[in-house]
Amino acid sequence: MKYTEEHEWLRPEDDVIVVGITEHAATQLGDLVFVELPEAGITVSKDDEIVVIESVKAASDILAPIDGEIVEVNEVLVENPALVNDDPLGEAWFFKIKPSDPSQMDDLMDEAAYNKYIG
Amino acid sequence: MPDLKRTPLYALHAELGAKMTPFAGYDMPVQYPMGVLKEHQHCRGQAGMFDVSHMGQVLIVPRSGDVADAARSLETLVPVNVLGLHEGRQRYGFFTNDAGGIEDDLMIANRGDHLFVVVNAACKQADIARMRAALSDSCEVIEVTDRALIALQGPSAEAAMLPIVYDVTGMGFMDVMTAPSDFGPLWISRSGYTGEDGFEISVKADRAEDLARALLSDSSVAPIGLGARDSLRLEAGLCLYGSDLGPDTTPVEADLTWAIQKVRRLGGDREGGFPGHEVILRQMSEGAPRKRVGLLPEGRAPMRAGTAIYADETAENPIGTVTSGAYGPWIEAPMSMGYLAAGHTDPGTTVFGDVRGKRLPATVTAMPFRPAQFKR
Repeated sequence: MKYTEEHEWLRPEDDVIVVGITEHAATQLGDLVFVELPEAGITVSKDDEIVVIESVKAASDILAPIDGEIVEVNEVLVENPALVNDDPLGEAWFFKIKPSDPSQMDDLMDEAAYNKYIG
Repeated sequence: MPDLKRTPLYALHAELGAKMTPFAGYDMPVQYPMGVLKEHQHCRGQAGMFDVSHMGQVLIVPRSGDVADAARSLETLVPVNVLGLHEGRQRYGFFTNDAGGIEDDLMIANRGDHLFVVVNAACKQADIARMRAALSDSCEVIEVTDRALIALQGPSAEAAMLPIVYDVTGMGFMDVMTAPSDFGPLWISRSGYTGEDGFEISVKADRAEDLARALLSDSSVAPIGLGARDSLRLEAGLCLYGSDLGPDTTPVEADLTWAIQKVRRLGGDREGGFPGHEVILRQMSEGAPRKRVGLLPEGRAPMRAGTAIYADETAENPIGTVTSGAYGPWIEAPMSMGYLAAGHTDPGTTVFGDVRGKRLPATVTAMPFRPAQFKR
């Protein structure tokens, strides 16, 4: 498991990377009420704004953590945004991305570094 | 955040695990561990307790001893029939300015030999100054600084109040009374700002925490923060001063003319006589250039405050703006209120909100989004 400074987690699964947001992020955001996902099949660059989420408080973006192709999105979240608060590390993944440069994963934080980052 | 004020319930909020936020100069609970959505649902389904001690509580005491003199004086500041407000009753109103705009909204209660008003926290010093300037000849304007204010709202509110003051069973919506209790004399009104039945209870500051604990000891009552207070009032179609109302919005634009009773309107016995009455009474007969409406966005994306509204998908110039917008937990849909230009305000009209560069459809609708549950 790897982490970004934008509070995303990345979990390798075969040749794709599953991406979600951390429990810390979900707690800070508060109850989610809206999720807008990208279309599967699009190619994205690191830091592209590809997901919009809105909590009871405000809207925010989820950025592409690495370059690659979005191969699958979790449509369940569109109908049930609250799942992100209930199970951020499990059922509530946002998208699966096929990296174009797997070495970008090496630049991200491991769990110990992320825990230190959120203090 | 320097010099944030604390309410008498501050220690209790901390003990209950509240997340605090600065609001109108006070350090206030925005949510408790339950979270905004569940707090909202709990208040609609059972009962919620809110700390609204930051609001201004003010007594208007007539020097003559005759409450009618206080009422007549206050009528110079508000377009409300205060003189016709019976003892033990409360009424919604607003202070207006010379341009017809709204300086604050408030509750006015007749307590027999004086008036009691509750004003918004952010406006209270200005409101008190305004009242002192206009009323001091006939009245003493006294800010109540030694009392907390607690709102108890929801279908279980009455049951939760019974052990404290049994006589609340006899109160209807907008009735007020003073009642003895184990927590000292309570100033109770059957009102609130959630669209639910319930009470606002003014209690001596040093007894407030005990009263709050007594209310919370009822298993149906949960503490509710400002986050859910905002979504509750919006679902109920109620205005937030500073967002939906301000010095540049008239009561006619704000669709609040129901609060201007006949006696203060054109042809009434006490027609006008409040700041900006020319503008307001003219707009009441000729119409206003814009009006506050409800908007139900299609889909799930909330249209937040500041969202520009257009008549169609390609129009260059907006016809209005959203002033409050959120997801409605009880109606399970996004909801907004805002101002639209005359001609676009009929319920059923489809308009388009600019959400992140996309024009998304929304339907103009009557409010409240969720019908009120008051005890009449």
